[in-house]
Amino acid sequence: MSLLAIDNLQFAYPGREPVLTGVSATAERAEVIAIAGPNGAGKSTLLDLLAGQKTPAGGACRVQGQDVRSMTRAALCRLVAHVPQGIPADVPFTVEEVVLTGRAPHGAGLFESDEDYRAMEQALRQARLQDFRGRRFSALSGGEKQRVLVAAALCQEAPVLLLDEPGAHLDPENEAALWELFHSLREAGRLVIVVTHHLALAAQNADRVWLLHQGRLAADGPPREAMRPEQLRTIFHVPFHWHESGEGRVFLSYGR
Amino acid sequence: MAAELRTRTRRVWAISIAAAAAAAIVCPFLGGSGMDYARLWRQEAPDWNIFVHLRVPRMLLALLTGAALSSAGALFQALLRDALATPSSLGVSAAAALGAVSAIAFAPGDSTAFPIVWAAALAGAGAVVALVMGLGQMRRFSAFTLLLTGIAVNGICSALVLLLHSLAGITRSFQITHWLIGGVDAVEYPVLGALALALAPLFLWMLRKTRMLNVISYGETWAAGRGVDFRRITWQGFAAGAVLVGTTTAVTGPIAFVGLLVPHLLRRIVGPDYRVLMPASLFGGGAFLVICDTISRSAFAPLEVPVGVTTALLGGPFFVWLLWSR
Repeated sequence: MSLLAIDNLQFAYPGREPVLTGVSATAERAEVIAIAGPNGAGKSTLLDLLAGQKTPAGGACRVQGQDVRSMTRAALCRLVAHVPQGIPADVPFTVEEVVLTGRAPHGAGLFESDEDYRAMEQALRQARLQDFRGRRFSALSGGEKQRVLVAAALCQEAPVLLLDEPGAHLDPENEAALWELFHSLREAGRLVIVVTHHLALAAQNADRVWLLHQGRLAADGPPREAMRPEQLRTIFHVPFHWHESGEGRVFLSYGR
Repeated sequence: MAAELRTRTRRVWAISIAAAAAAAIVCPFLGGSGMDYARLWRQEAPDWNIFVHLRVPRMLLALLTGAALSSAGALFQALLRDALATPSSLGVSAAAALGAVSAIAFAPGDSTAFPIVWAAALAGAGAVVALVMGLGQMRRFSAFTLLLTGIAVNGICSALVLLLHSLAGITRSFQITHWLIGGVDAVEYPVLGALALALAPLFLWMLRKTRMLNVISYGETWAAGRGVDFRRITWQGFAAGAVLVGTTTAVTGPIAFVGLLVPHLLRRIVGPDYRVLMPASLFGGGAFLVICDTISRSAFAPLEVPVGVTTALLGGPFFVWLLWSR
């Protein structure tokens, strides 16, 4: 049984063209999967459906064999941690308090437990945010806020992490650190699924790429297989090239 | 941090309860019409009767009403993630008033009897909450849109109240005027008992949900991703708010600004964490209205000013300051 299974998933907003039509895929523990595709391809919608944030028009998403729609929100969030593209910027809480929201699915008590604080410390360490713990979230830069949200998802300690463009506001150092974090999570047996527009970074760092185009899964495989230049050109309307460095590392570049 | 939060929460609970208790104990002894404390001590008429049958029930009504309006304000602010959301700004208070005035104007028999006005006020408050929630279900409205909707609801309800006022007979019209002024007149102890029984479970529910209200402050998507059943808790919260406002409005008439002023003032003192803010608003709101009522009884003695006037005179300027300092 796969950790995550998507079966003939369909979604449409009322009275509009379908966003997703018949998407099927599976994902296992210890994988980093990048979801790529042009704007409007359905990447964020797919992530929302996996997180149970939207209800599919057809098909199903299963985590550990259970349909996400049949689970309570708390039970689902113990298995799946979802970081959307952003939260209200004026949230009046500190970094520690934001990160601790990740423990909400683990207990209904009025106060967080010692275990919750242990998970928070670990998440702060993993996201390199120890020095930010007492700062107000609203006073942080866009990139710092993004790292705090990722830390909150880590604090959730779910086996599946869904991240919607987590590198959108990050500088190269922090974006590289984020992918290193994903690798370490993979080593720890977690499944990390990342929506990204940074195809070059996805090509370098992901184990697999789900390439979405016009609501369909156009390709599913290791980066070199899923991101063939001719297919990418058809989808993005710009030429793509794979390169190999002297040390045997491969890179994807694009542009006219 | 865990121990620090627990200590802070305990401290705020203790201070809030102490403030409410101090107001409850001291304020009934104060007032415009002088009281002979020696006679009161000997439990002699009329001072003893005034104290037991007028001032104490009045203090208890102010305590319960202030707690209900203030905590409902804090609750709506959490659910709508907007600092300006209150029972009044959302139109819930006006709708409760419309319901109550309808009952006073047209219900057969002794229409100002508590259960009839209560049921009508609840129906009015519930209808507006259902409208607000229904609009939210159909489309994602911003808090700003909901507040503008509240202004429209306030306008419509006020117009309908005036219409009912015009259509009602002379006796009923006088009753409506008296009720609309808003105040914490002395009520009988059984009414206070019924009010306390209706409000206590809602107070407990709110206090138990404060950690969840914190997560809801981050918005629907984030809260749902942290295991919070957002729609369920929002429905429950709005229903609780409607009952809090409808129940108290039925007895006191409309009293403005408590739900805005108290949570905001306390948010600046104790911070945004609802585990601290909610109990502070609950007990602080009770203490605030008891003090306002004492001012209303004393400021122009022997005349009495309706407590709604005092809260509006304090809350109005605060509201303007809040808008300008946002």
